Amino acid sequence: MKLDAKIPSGPLAEKWDKHIVDLKLINPANKRKYSVIVVGSGLAGASAAASLAELGYIVACFCYQDSPRRAHSISAQGGINAAKNYQNDGDSIYRLFYDTVKGGDFRAREANVYRLAQVSNAIIDQCVAQGVPFGREYGGLLGNRSFGGAQVSRTFYARGQTGQQLLLGAYSALSRQIGLGTVKMYNRSEMLDLVLVDGHAKGIVVRDMISGKISSHAADAVILATGGYANVFYLSTNAKGCNVTAIYRAHKKGALFANPCFTQIHPTCIPVSGDYQSKLTLMSESLRNDGRVWVPKNKGDKRNPNQIPENERDYYLERKYPAYGNLAPRDISSRSAKEACDAGHGVGETGFGVYLDFTDAFKRVGKGVIAERYGNLFEMYERITGEDPYSVPMRIYPAPHYTMGGLWVDYNLMSNVPGLHVLGEANYSDHGANRLGASALMQGLADGYFVIPYTIGDYLANHGKVKVNTDHAEFKKAESEAAERTKKLLSIKGKRSVDSIHKELGTVMWEYCGMGRNDAGLRKVLKRIPEIRDEFWKNVTVLATNEEINHSLEKAGRLADFLEFAELMCIDALDRQESCGGHFREEYQTPEGEAQRNDQDYCFVSCWEYKGPGAAPVMHREPLSFETIHLAQRSYK
Amino acid sequence: MKLTLHVWRQKSRDDKGRLEIIVANNVNSHMSFLEMLDVVNEELIAKGVDPIHFDHDCREGICGMCSMVINGVAHGHLKGTTVCQLHMRYFKDGDHIYIEPWRAKAFPILKDLVVDRSALDRIMQAGGFISVRTGGAPDGNAIPVPKDDAEKAMDAAACIGCGSCVAACPNASAMLFVAAKVSQFAYLPQGQVERENRVSAMVAQMDAEGFGSCTNHYECEAVCPKEIPVSMIAKMNREYARALKKQTLGEKAKVWAGA
Repeated sequence: MKLDAKIPSGPLAEKWDKHIVDLKLINPANKRKYSVIVVGSGLAGASAAASLAELGYIVACFCYQDSPRRAHSISAQGGINAAKNYQNDGDSIYRLFYDTVKGGDFRAREANVYRLAQVSNAIIDQCVAQGVPFGREYGGLLGNRSFGGAQVSRTFYARGQTGQQLLLGAYSALSRQIGLGTVKMYNRSEMLDLVLVDGHAKGIVVRDMISGKISSHAADAVILATGGYANVFYLSTNAKGCNVTAIYRAHKKGALFANPCFTQIHPTCIPVSGDYQSKLTLMSESLRNDGRVWVPKNKGDKRNPNQIPENERDYYLERKYPAYGNLAPRDISSRSAKEACDAGHGVGETGFGVYLDFTDAFKRVGKGVIAERYGNLFEMYERITGEDPYSVPMRIYPAPHYTMGGLWVDYNLMSNVPGLHVLGEANYSDHGANRLGASALMQGLADGYFVIPYTIGDYLANHGKVKVNTDHAEFKKAESEAAERTKKLLSIKGKRSVDSIHKELGTVMWEYCGMGRNDAGLRKVLKRIPEIRDEFWKNVTVLATNEEINHSLEKAGRLADFLEFAELMCIDALDRQESCGGHFREEYQTPEGEAQRNDQDYCFVSCWEYKGPGAAPVMHREPLSFETIHLAQRSYK
Repeated sequence: MKLTLHVWRQKSRDDKGRLEIIVANNVNSHMSFLEMLDVVNEELIAKGVDPIHFDHDCREGICGMCSMVINGVAHGHLKGTTVCQLHMRYFKDGDHIYIEPWRAKAFPILKDLVVDRSALDRIMQAGGFISVRTGGAPDGNAIPVPKDDAEKAMDAAACIGCGSCVAACPNASAMLFVAAKVSQFAYLPQGQVERENRVSAMVAQMDAEGFGSCTNHYECEAVCPKEIPVSMIAKMNREYARALKKQTLGEKAKVWAGA
């Protein structure tokens, strides 16, 4: 298979502008002859659906929640990056590009990342015009904060609810189009399959989550903006419903899955408290601007943290990374926390926690200022743990949070399946092996507002004239397969609940394919996953029927896909014999314990092709070339 | 601890529904309320009983999906908290807990505690936006906003659209929800251009959906997980009066909204 990333020629800074001119256009009166399906209504999906409808396309948008406003982008707290340089601190498009490529540990495509940095400024303008209430200074201009992995203040924020406010902005634009009748919105609808006709993506099969009815929807192009797959770990900061199904189903229909092992473990989450735990809660890493991370120097020190004297504390991030200190990138901060806990310095009942201490910030600026900056986060922490972070340091521990891997896309955000476009966290393109803080919101909106409206026209102009409808045999086939699968899940009538099997999968994935990975562990889990999958298909129980709201059935369908996908993730992790970003292979580290990249052998994107049930997937390589930024070992010291 | 739950069970929209008693035996005080229900559901599944259905997603108090009335109070008795963030340390061993869905004519019950809140989406579709197309927006700093106004707009924008205001109101009024969006835009310079049309169109849709009117019970403010104040409703009433004076109600607002 030949992978063509379709990166425009010419100097990096001119590629996107040149490409826009080269892309084919569809005249305004003809746009209404083309239809597009958008799956997902988060930042990427809602912004794409609204923008395409504004252009004149006929759009259908699908989400599994009861309203498009609830997509998980809403939970992002800290902020969104842009290269505005409003702070006069030396920021620029180039610097944002540079930081993102370096932060991603040189495993992202230069051209895509540069474009991301270029359009970042227009996102802020767009959101302000929509009425997003960004934080402001007294003069009325926009405020900024600095964020993990950056030495400039380029992050825009709306208290600790930036994701919510940006999503409500995109949702308002989407709502306007729904009201105008240009977008048909399908709530509580879950995509069960992708439909290809003559090799082109021409529609999807969905299940109505109220009536159970399975139906087909046809269009001239399909966009998946269905988020990430961190729930493969069962416990993650994702919403309970987040799943891999849409992109995994597309993968089974031929779309290449790129870098599935690149997952991000976020350093500042509230530690696990017991086996009933259903999800993990993230505390915005903006807290690291004012909080200091430490553990007791003495192993197993169970004293009240306030009674541990200064000279018996190890502020390990400040010690190991003096230039960045507590603002070191996420992968580095997470791994350092794990190292400290594995070495016996962990705090809290379970020993899996480190302190995030605001005492110095209280002294420096006062509790009032800290409350103004992070009040809602402090409240949330107290609500969950029952401890007051104004008087006792917070306890934090890393948790799965974001997945950099996703479906492979070219520069036009189209997968190798013609007509299938993939946006936001669901694609793999911009974050390499590690995503910097405040960059997910930027990428989701860049893809939806400012990339896909240009690139999809080119596909439609070239291929959109072949019309199909849902009477086509391929739709009927996909529908009956989806119905069969549902029937199968309901007929097993075993003894295990869906959640109990999901927890089992999550536990082994976290243990062997989580923050640290090694050859022996990955081989072990690769034997274990098929056993769990077998157990699922033999012994799961899904009560009630298809023809009603049935949460167990929804969860079972998603878990069935996670159980296959998990294997792909581990195969990829085993194959990549280097450490980079969030992928830490214990065999490959520097004498100081830092990730050891191997640019000689692994400077490529691993793109996995599905080869049928039971067959080993085949890997294709997209080589990465760094023409502008020289490959270098990351150093945050 | 051990709890006795009285849970609303209703198979479908057309079913009559009833409170059923379910005993929760293995409750730990660190669990969230929804985790307590997860544990109960695992026990029900083991017994071959259809688990209790309830809406939930982010479980960190921001998506607005979770929705249940606990002992007569929407989202439970803890102030400024969604059900997913309510923890069992606020309950005692031996407690009887009554769990019911949002109840309002405009929110039909779909199953157990799951209700249809699409009426709120339709109000937003009628006018809960500033009409800007993607592209062509002026520089973000070209529109200075006094910090105080930006903060007030943010207070209003914090609404998560959960519908607890409707569930708590004896009139099943959605005025706090609508007022939050109207106020957010009324406080901002970007919202001025369509100010009158917006409030007219949203209020018209609110009425069409069958929500009641505000008669100053303030139950909505008491249960709102984001503590949106009823002063927003006063603000909306002023906005509505302005629209009345400028005669932008009715047909003109409909034309604006494209309806």
